[in-house]
Amino acid sequence: MGAEPPAEDQDTKMEDAAKMLASDPSKLTQPIKELKDKYELLPAFLQVRGLVKQHIDSFNYFITKEIKKILHAKGNEQITCDVDPSFYLRYLDIHVGTPCVEEDFQEKKITPQQCRLRDMTYAAPIHVDIEYTRGKEILQKKGEGKAVLIGRMPIMLRCDRCVLKGQSEARLAKLGECPLDPGGYFVVKGTEKVILINEQLSKNRIIIDKDSKDQFAASVTSSTTERKSKTNLVMKKGCLSLRHNAFADDVNIVAVMKAMGIESDQEIIQLVGQDQTYASLLTPTLEECRNLQLYTQQHALDWLGSKVKSNPRGFEGPRKQSKADEARNILANVIVCHVEVDRYNFTQKVVFIAVMMRRLLNAVMDESLIDDRDYYGNKRLELAGGQLSLLFEDLFKRLNTDLKRQAEKQLVKANRVAQFDISKCIRTDTITYGMEHAINTGQWKINRFRMDKKGATQVLSRLSFIAAMGMMTKITSQFEKTRKVSGPRALQPSQWGMLCPADTPEGESCGLMKNLALMTHVTTDEEEGPLARLSFMLGVEPISSVNGAELHAEGTALVFLNGLVLGVHRRPLAFVSAVRRLRRAAMIGEFVSIHAQQESVNIATDGGRVCRPLIICDNGVPRVSNEHLAKVKSKEWRFVDFLRAGLIEWLDVNEENNSLIALYQTHTRPETTHLEIEPFTVLGVIAGLIPYPHHNQSPRNTYQCAMGKQAMGNIAFNQLARMDTLLYLLSYPQRPLLTTKTIELVGYDRLGAGQNATVAVMSYSGYDIEDAIVMNKASLDRGFGRCVVMRKYGTSIKKYANRTEDRVVRPSIAPGEKRPAGRMKLLGQDGMCSVGEVIQPGEVYINKQSPINTRDMVSNPHSLPDNAFKPTPMSWKGVAGQSCVVDRVLLTENDEGHRIFKVMVRHTRRPELGDKFSSRHGQKGVMGHIVPQDDMPFSEKGICPDLIMNPHGFPSRMTVGKMIELIGSKAAALSGKFHYGVAFGEPEGLADKVEDISATLVRHGFSYSGKDFITSGISGEPLEAYIFMGPVYYQKLKHMVLDKMHARARGPRVTLTRQPTEGRSRDGGLRLGEMERDCLIGYGASMLLLERLMISSDQFLVHVCKHCGLLGYLDANLGCAVCPSLKTGDQMTAMKLPYACKLLFQELQSMNIIPRLSLADM
Amino acid sequence: MTDESAGKRRKKQDGKATAQPAREEPSLPPHLELQRTHVVAGADINANTMSADAANMFMALGIDNSWSYEKFLKGFQLRINKMDKENATLEFDIIGIDASIANALRRILISEVPTMAIEHVFFVNNTSIIADEMLAHRLGLVPLQVDPNLFEWKQGEDVASERNTIVMGLNIACRREGTKMINTDVLSSELKWLPEGSELPDETLCRFVSSQAEILPNGMAPTVDNILLARLRPGQCIHLEAHCIKGQGREHAKWSPVATAWYRLNPEVVLLQEVGGDAAEDLAAELPGLIVVQDGKACVTDPRAHDILLEKVRRLSSEERWAPYIQLRKRKDHFIFTVESTGILPPEVLLQRALDIMIHKCQELLKDV
Repeated sequence: MGAEPPAEDQDTKMEDAAKMLASDPSKLTQPIKELKDKYELLPAFLQVRGLVKQHIDSFNYFITKEIKKILHAKGNEQITCDVDPSFYLRYLDIHVGTPCVEEDFQEKKITPQQCRLRDMTYAAPIHVDIEYTRGKEILQKKGEGKAVLIGRMPIMLRCDRCVLKGQSEARLAKLGECPLDPGGYFVVKGTEKVILINEQLSKNRIIIDKDSKDQFAASVTSSTTERKSKTNLVMKKGCLSLRHNAFADDVNIVAVMKAMGIESDQEIIQLVGQDQTYASLLTPTLEECRNLQLYTQQHALDWLGSKVKSNPRGFEGPRKQSKADEARNILANVIVCHVEVDRYNFTQKVVFIAVMMRRLLNAVMDESLIDDRDYYGNKRLELAGGQLSLLFEDLFKRLNTDLKRQAEKQLVKANRVAQFDISKCIRTDTITYGMEHAINTGQWKINRFRMDKKGATQVLSRLSFIAAMGMMTKITSQFEKTRKVSGPRALQPSQWGMLCPADTPEGESCGLMKNLALMTHVTTDEEEGPLARLSFMLGVEPISSVNGAELHAEGTALVFLNGLVLGVHRRPLAFVSAVRRLRRAAMIGEFVSIHAQQESVNIATDGGRVCRPLIICDNGVPRVSNEHLAKVKSKEWRFVDFLRAGLIEWLDVNEENNSLIALYQTHTRPETTHLEIEPFTVLGVIAGLIPYPHHNQSPRNTYQCAMGKQAMGNIAFNQLARMDTLLYLLSYPQRPLLTTKTIELVGYDRLGAGQNATVAVMSYSGYDIEDAIVMNKASLDRGFGRCVVMRKYGTSIKKYANRTEDRVVRPSIAPGEKRPAGRMKLLGQDGMCSVGEVIQPGEVYINKQSPINTRDMVSNPHSLPDNAFKPTPMSWKGVAGQSCVVDRVLLTENDEGHRIFKVMVRHTRRPELGDKFSSRHGQKGVMGHIVPQDDMPFSEKGICPDLIMNPHGFPSRMTVGKMIELIGSKAAALSGKFHYGVAFGEPEGLADKVEDISATLVRHGFSYSGKDFITSGISGEPLEAYIFMGPVYYQKLKHMVLDKMHARARGPRVTLTRQPTEGRSRDGGLRLGEMERDCLIGYGASMLLLERLMISSDQFLVHVCKHCGLLGYLDANLGCAVCPSLKTGDQMTAMKLPYACKLLFQELQSMNIIPRLSLADM
Repeated sequence: MTDESAGKRRKKQDGKATAQPAREEPSLPPHLELQRTHVVAGADINANTMSADAANMFMALGIDNSWSYEKFLKGFQLRINKMDKENATLEFDIIGIDASIANALRRILISEVPTMAIEHVFFVNNTSIIADEMLAHRLGLVPLQVDPNLFEWKQGEDVASERNTIVMGLNIACRREGTKMINTDVLSSELKWLPEGSELPDETLCRFVSSQAEILPNGMAPTVDNILLARLRPGQCIHLEAHCIKGQGREHAKWSPVATAWYRLNPEVVLLQEVGGDAAEDLAAELPGLIVVQDGKACVTDPRAHDILLEKVRRLSSEERWAPYIQLRKRKDHFIFTVESTGILPPEVLLQRALDIMIHKCQELLKDV
């Protein structure tokens, strides 16, 4: 097909040239102007899109469109009753309202912040309009106030229904919300939950693969709302056969074709291909079919019927039909079920299977045609909306079967007292709790697909602002973590620009957990119908009007729409460019993708494709001009205007593969079709914080991506109004001197998580080995690295079965005293601790009391006397010596009327030895030493470093970016201007070049290399070496010694084994493990071994009978230990053994095994 | 020495250095003399950074390198270059001492000269968003204009009294007046001295016998009155009492009387051989002002007036073309000392006190010897 000259293309070229001449003849001679500040498109882009648009879009699509589709789907729309044929309930419409809560029988609007604080779910009511029968009447309930509530839908923050949508910063502040918070998550029972993006192999597409036995196979995972099924076509011993769960065995594909009505062998070959080679490759298959003596459709169906797996579960109805009918039904409804078969007209399906065969045979002839499963065009991302819609449909179906069952139960009764009114039977719990529970626990149980996924949601990490941002772009893969394959984990070239190449965790989920790049968008479903009609108008010949021979004629191409064969086009390239032109003219959806591949044209409108915007080029000249960019700068144009004007378009991975994209404008050639908006957008939000990442060794950027999420800083503007279980805040966060555009776009410059520390790269004191850093004491005194750790404590008032409930009372105050004494001293009149008080371990923060009698009915549950209560105070279990302060106290009530108490306890910490710090280049280190300022080296300008880093950190890590950050920050500090280190930004002027930085340094009298003349603070003499010194942005990580240090001499023991407990939280001992034991054995230190393993652990004195070797017991009458079998104490002797050993003996005895100790004198 | 065309000041010193030993005692060979007196700032390394203070260092050459009072008297100079009252900065040259002495002075200035700073903060009320501990930390770092010598140390179990504690109060509430908000910014000027002592003596355990006004007739206040301590919104208030005591910078940086104090060595730009002709012009163009061409020859002006060019000199000295001609050196016994006071005491007073402490320390040391 490539032979045909793309006449259409030439036409467009001519047209364009003519237009250019007509508008401004001088243009032809002008050189192409360099686009200035192309970057300005990005803020414009993010302004309309936000960083989590994909989540919000998908959720919006779900609550506005998808939910309606579900309602009107075949099995859902109407409920009938087998008992009473006249009965029905039909759903007319469905609406999701705005978030509210029902309190005191009144609907009240709620805000997300209220939900967080009150442990409620941010959910909106779902109402349906219904039409149903009551007796003989047909009733309708629809419209405002009448529509029936069927449940509550958790609402995604910042979606169309959210109260935060489109609010100004001031308004958001009023609502208690942080303006920089991206939204895109849910608040369920007070906790913020994110539904992670899920990566899957795309549905309904043919994938040619080699299976484990090295056989060629074409597979399709068909998916409809009803059913999911996987169909394989395998080449086994030269024979093509179909493999499917519905059949017990592989079945001959020719037989299947015959069963679908293509009885003639020639027709089958024609459908696959005209070429001689196809015929010869198909010969063995045809032969096998003939050997089976299958000639007609009926033969084939009978034969297939015999192959059907007995009693395939989930297949409808009892066995009333014949085997052949069953086979026909399977062929129509189960095999490649996404190709619809209407009244057993198999034409579509036959062509689809023929195409599968053809592609498989092509691959057999040319192995390069095997598809790559990891190619990102073959992947689809399932977002919150999609996952919720699966869940909702399932719950909705459950609700309907429930209603049907109720109706049947009621209607079967002959004479009822009242008319049966089904609208009064609708229970809201099914959907409300179903949704809430799924999001809360992450267990996605979809009955109709027999799917039970765990861990679909995660708690939004609020460790730092960046961690929360990163969570919204996180993609999990369905792939198993344990499998040791590198393919799915490797970075695929097709992920360029779509997924962040740096941001992935290390370890088992490396490469399986991915993150979206900055500009990536994930599409939502779009209507296929109009596009199919449009394609036919543009010259696609429908399959029904094409015979087998024409299907694969030279120069024509099959046109696929979302994996379905639409028809054939004779001039595919012209068709492709026509569709593209329509898209650029905004006549069809912006996310419609079309690409030509081999001998087919694929149009995709399905949801879950990743795509990104690119500047369109004509003959290598970008359509965006400086005038356009000026309009962006002046806020005259927004990003959508660029899309509408056809200057920028969205490309998905497949279409990207059909384009020639220039990275920089200087790289454009006449063939170039697109220009990148900015190269740094290949990175994601988190990798975008790294300055000069393109100068670093790549794993360092990956490490930083993991560490940036642990850095302490500001979490959100509303951080002090939040009641999180654990909150880490930095006292004096700063904005990095060396920033990137991503930092500004994300808002990291307003919610930073680090400080600009003056770093001297030198060796000092020996306490800086292994990446430890030496810190200036004066810097710590002045507030460097100071942080606040807040922890939530709390309780709720329980209500008991006998209608009594807990109470919180004011503490008793001794006469003459102002305040309560002892551990009650923090309590105020309300029985809660007062804000601002220093709290000590053991002190009570909520003076709760519980009723003693919670079972038996009492006459006056709400006015019990004081003596009916027992004190159950909440006392603080902290560590002594820390001065923790009560920061906030909250008393509130959740939507079920339970009173909740929350107390935030604050602890301010100054960095200490062993606290962890890191720069933005994956260079972490602990504080090894604190040095007074007078011992610190100083420069000729009097500058004293805040911290000293060992130069050995550089050679093996190769973090050149950090060095550039250092001199860049130095120049920034000297010139008073923030410097930029945007990834790949040097050619576009977005990153300061080292050359320019050096010039700035020289201008201010510093060395071009960033090295300073240093004097030792200890001896006062100058140092021989010049020291590389300047500011570097350092992050304080959440790992602090205070939370980890642990030691024990004596302490608690486990009751069962009497061995010391394990773990810091239980004040446990440090285990001398097997390997340590081996060392002691090897060394021969037997007494030490005995001491460690027994004396210091669980030594126990037992009495053993020398005669029978059994453990004795103490006989109270005899007053001595007695052998259990001899019943005398004569032979008893005392010995020491580990209690665990004694326990083992007793356990063995309980299993009828007698361990006997044979004793001997040593 | 070959550097004849050195600067004016340099010549004077050279004259001294060459004239005297010629008459009295044998002098060191030039390369050793250079090692003894100068650090050579090379391309990658500073040469001769060690002090040559061992008495027997040049014994083999028959030269006595021991320290003598007469030599010291002859060589010692102290020149004040700059006294910037406004920024409380003092810059002086101190010539003819060893690095260890200069460093001792610097270290004492940073961490041993006592000052007064807020140590205990008693909160009566704080409804602002800033946490008590953080506000207390910020208050501690506010420099206070008070002479610490007027007060005694308060150690361990000492009871707070007017002789060891200064009490300051801060009581501010933000409110709305019409459309304006009053007291949104809490500045250091809000810290008010309480000469009569604590207003809550029961809680703070600080009782004054007599008014502190006698000790501080001129009163006291933070040195700068526009330090932002906290910000308030209407309805929020801060009411606290801050008790200041005497302390040293080594315990906490808030007691350090200096923002920083440091010295650097006196730079010298030396032409190693005569530079004439085009080379002279080129050099003068590279280092405008520092190198001037006189009579077709390059000569060096005052290097300290061209601080910014010194790095360039060093770089040129590593370049092939200029390496034989130009060198940057630093005199080991000539310190340019800068004291940046926080404003608590004028820098010259600080210097005096630092010297007093040093003398005291020396006396203590002598007692033990």
